[in-house]
Amino acid sequence: MLNRETLVNLILAALLLAVPLMANAFGQPFYVTLATRVAILALAATGLNLALGLGGLVSFGHAAFFGIGGYAAGILATHAFSGDPLLLGLSGTNQMPLIWLVAMLVAGLVGLLIGLISLRTSGVYFIMITLAFAQMVYYFAISWPAYGGEDGLSILVRNQFPGANTMKPVSFFLICYAVLIVALGLFVLIRGSRFGSALQAARQNEVRVATVGIAPYRIRLTAFAISAALTGLAGALFADLNRFVSPSMLSWHMSGELIVLIILGGTGRLFGPLAGAALFVIFEYVLGGLTERWQFFLGLILLGTVLFARGGLLGLLAGKARHG
Amino acid sequence: MAEPVLELSDIVKSFGALRATDHVSLDLKPGEIHALIGPNGAGKSTLIHQICGTLRQDSGTIRLAGKDIGHLGVAERSRLGLGRTFQVSSLTPDFSALRNVMLAVQAQQGSSFRFFKPVMRDASLIDRSMAMLERVGLQDRARIPAAELSHGERRQLEIAIALALSSKAFLLDEPMAGMGPEGSKALTGFLHSLRQEAPILLVEHDMDAVFALADRISVLVYGRVIATGTVEEIRRDPAVRTAYLGDHA
Repeated sequence: MLNRETLVNLILAALLLAVPLMANAFGQPFYVTLATRVAILALAATGLNLALGLGGLVSFGHAAFFGIGGYAAGILATHAFSGDPLLLGLSGTNQMPLIWLVAMLVAGLVGLLIGLISLRTSGVYFIMITLAFAQMVYYFAISWPAYGGEDGLSILVRNQFPGANTMKPVSFFLICYAVLIVALGLFVLIRGSRFGSALQAARQNEVRVATVGIAPYRIRLTAFAISAALTGLAGALFADLNRFVSPSMLSWHMSGELIVLIILGGTGRLFGPLAGAALFVIFEYVLGGLTERWQFFLGLILLGTVLFARGGLLGLLAGKARHG
Repeated sequence: MAEPVLELSDIVKSFGALRATDHVSLDLKPGEIHALIGPNGAGKSTLIHQICGTLRQDSGTIRLAGKDIGHLGVAERSRLGLGRTFQVSSLTPDFSALRNVMLAVQAQQGSSFRFFKPVMRDASLIDRSMAMLERVGLQDRARIPAAELSHGERRQLEIAIALALSSKAFLLDEPMAGMGPEGSKALTGFLHSLRQEAPILLVEHDMDAVFALADRISVLVYGRVIATGTVEEIRRDPAVRTAYLGDHA
């Protein structure tokens, strides 16, 4: 039998698929692009949800991984286009699967390094240290002229995926959607596994986890690296969506936005990031059409969520989270 | 004489000018219940922290089954077989009683770095965890989140977790605290049977329980062990009477 949360999840997944397909059928590619944005932001936030939702690690630096993924895509595509070798004689590539792999590896590795130091702290210090690391990456990107510096880097032709015309908005949407679904599947597996149990237990009671003989630090570090890799993957897709990468992907606003998505949707919930990303993009589009100061109203909504609906949209629709 | 399972020798711990643990030596032999008593502020908690690894002693050694564990972290000591319960229950509140025990079983079985197999379909975890819950009488409460269990049930759950770790030695920090008379009596009976599994270092305020259970008692006052002996010896010891028991015994 389906429980309520599964039902809500299925409906959300179906909506995200149906809306752009219908928009496409009616010749409205703009809405397809909007839906693609939702899918990519949801993927980025799903990465963060692993660390923040399951592990209780409030990272205020996930923009670093998002931007690193974006730059991985941008840099590889630039070299593929120009034909200049990248490093050690290796050339760039415009093949998405390869780009994704590189984006995840680099973001995961940087996540591992940042986590190695940051996870020795907790609470406010953890928030601040992750922010500081992300800002370091941000300023590095700004001051590095080789790839556009402050002006960013354009991707002239969207990267390719075998058997699909990625320039068609609906094709690119379907690719992003499929990646999101795979990532959500991975989230489910990890959440239900031994590793996920240890991670969630460490969020609830670190002393208890150590007392049964599991060192929380290693569990958290692994989760942080996986989380970074997923957010990096989203960054690579985001770069391809906009065909443009700029340091703004690395800025602390982006880190904040990812946290906002999770809070709006429901912290630690499987479909929290998707619900949050959908709400966010809809607000941005609807309120943004009415007023330039739409973020003020978003702020009010966030305030309302935190005060009166702490489970976010998923909490409202599907009730309290349940652990087996 | 059998080798002690847990052996503290000459442990010293100071906080500034305060010597919280003052050359404490004590041991726990196979099959025994060794009670550690002492008035408030005697340094019992500090000593427990040093045994578990949350505090590091300034000097002295701690051995578990012959192995020096004095320099290891909390998780490593647990893995080597030190099972403890807390004065104030320490559980994962959102998890069911069953999942609380399953966490211990998974730790005991080895790696927690398994990312795909769902724990709720892992019979090796569930069966053993249910068996542990049955031993403490919580089998009917297996699916209840730890946060919703009663005080006494949480105590039982902590013991089930310690059991699941196949501990070589139990360190029970005031297991009777907050239990009603009925609960205390039942728990006393249970602890009596628990010693078959592994010896118990019992820190307890409830003198009825201590006198009923303990094979030996050590009395800690101002960080020092002023006496160690059988229940009768401790009852008769004049130093203990003045320092701690007063007119109670």
